[in-house]
Amino acid sequence: MRIDKDLVAASATPLVLGILAEGDLYGYAILKRVSELSGGSMQWSDGMLYPLLHRLERLGYVDSSWGTSEAGRRRKHYAITQAGMEALAERQQQWTVVADALRQVWHTTQRPPSAAEGRA
Amino acid sequence: MMAHAELEAQIDRWRSYVQRSQAISAADVDELEDHLREQIAERKATGLDDEEAFLVAIRRLGNLDAVSREFAREHSDRLWKQLVLLPETRDDDGGTPPWRELAVVLALAVGAGIAVKVGFSLIENENVFARNLGLLVFPFLTGYFAWKRRLTLAVLSALAIPFAVLAVVVNVYPFSPGGSTEWLAVLHAPVILWMLAGLAYVGGRWQSDSRRMDFVRFTGEFAIYYTLLALGGAVLIGLTLGAFSLIGTDFEPVLAEWILPFAVPGALVVAAWLVEAKQNVVENIAPVLTRIFTPLTILMLLALLGVLAASGGLVNVDRELLILMDAILILVLALLLYSISARNSLARPGLSDGLQLLLVGAALAVDAVMLTAMLTRIAEFGLSPNKIAALGLNVLLLVHLVRADWLTIGFIRGRRPFGQLEDWQTRYLPVYGAWAAVVVVVFPPVFSFT
Repeated sequence: MRIDKDLVAASATPLVLGILAEGDLYGYAILKRVSELSGGSMQWSDGMLYPLLHRLERLGYVDSSWGTSEAGRRRKHYAITQAGMEALAERQQQWTVVADALRQVWHTTQRPPSAAEGRA
Repeated sequence: MMAHAELEAQIDRWRSYVQRSQAISAADVDELEDHLREQIAERKATGLDDEEAFLVAIRRLGNLDAVSREFAREHSDRLWKQLVLLPETRDDDGGTPPWRELAVVLALAVGAGIAVKVGFSLIENENVFARNLGLLVFPFLTGYFAWKRRLTLAVLSALAIPFAVLAVVVNVYPFSPGGSTEWLAVLHAPVILWMLAGLAYVGGRWQSDSRRMDFVRFTGEFAIYYTLLALGGAVLIGLTLGAFSLIGTDFEPVLAEWILPFAVPGALVVAAWLVEAKQNVVENIAPVLTRIFTPLTILMLLALLGVLAASGGLVNVDRELLILMDAILILVLALLLYSISARNSLARPGLSDGLQLLLVGAALAVDAVMLTAMLTRIAEFGLSPNKIAALGLNVLLLVHLVRADWLTIGFIRGRRPFGQLEDWQTRYLPVYGAWAAVVVVVFPPVFSFT
């Protein structure tokens, strides 16, 4: 199953912040984690991750630092900041509300057939 | 390692392609490259060969245009070409630290100021000081290029010897005070020094046409930067003067004694550095001004021709007229040089080439009218050093422009490549330096230093 593009875009920020809350990572590893978490069904163009990370950095949600990879290449690592943690908590609340609402509405829309059965 | 040479070449090509996007900085390209290499390594671990792994990794990275648009949205400031005076250092490149260049520039600028200040207080005679002013500043400006280009000893001595000769000539010749040969030497010595600075600028490779063209570009940008610095300085000084006069303190002695002697020569070095620092970052402004002023200058020249024809000749023919004419020709020449320097030499002839032709043609017509009048006057009243210097420059400019016009016609008619026109401009330039040298070195003895 492929997830709709707009949905992926909307969930990108909390997802990346959530992954960084588990520990500091660099771009490629973040994407790998996304794909692990969603069983490969949430994918976006790899290149799009970096403008997103830069935006989060500008907003002060993440910090970046240059390090070196095992192969000796320059590698940029990202870490979540206190402001990022707060933003993540807020996003979590928002998503919980959304998910809750969706669950309820699906619960009731799926109800009618079973409710009809119950009455009969 | 050899087996991966093809992969490395592919990554290199990809890198240079990505770098073309202004919105993606060099550091971002490094970050993307790290990503690409990780992806390739992982694909290879699952059994793909170099080429397949590269293709998959590129595909996964996504459409580069879309990615760079996304970068542009996040970093819109990058689309405004930035003047990065102190670029962020990269930990791994081990070049000169950027602050060192700034330190060198400031030291040289202050040095130029000190040289002028000391010269001013040591040399009491104003005329002698005027003859030496260029010589005092020149070593610092050239010193910057010498440091920047890491000049060899051979080039340095090629700079030092003419400099020393010039210094000896302007100081040893027994000029009669206020004579016209002295005035000519004061005017022409900076031209020689500028040519020497050009030699330093091109790093001694003066035979190279393209390096010489670079120096032409540099000269134009330098003039613009210097003017801007002067304007900014004037505003600052004006405000300071106003504020101090309100308080009742006389600021002018400080200004004349300390600020101007340091600021005016120091700004020369700073302007040179600014042109160097931004040459890759900002569009050149001289060609833009050229585009605007070429049609306007054509109108000016045509109006001049009309007035000359209507009035039936010149009323006052003297050396001021010649000097004015030289100034007009120099303006036309500058317009021509900067439109040539910025032109894509492979482009087909177009409207701007036609305008150029018209510009030079009009300038030549005006000059022809004035020269004939001038020559009849000279035949009547005889020669003076001033007249010969002005006339000589006029002839040099005429030769330059006539040949340029001839080559432009050939180019517009499709008979010659544009390169010939470019080469003519850069190859002719040293002639002006040679003429300036003649005026400084040969004129005074010939006219017995009057």
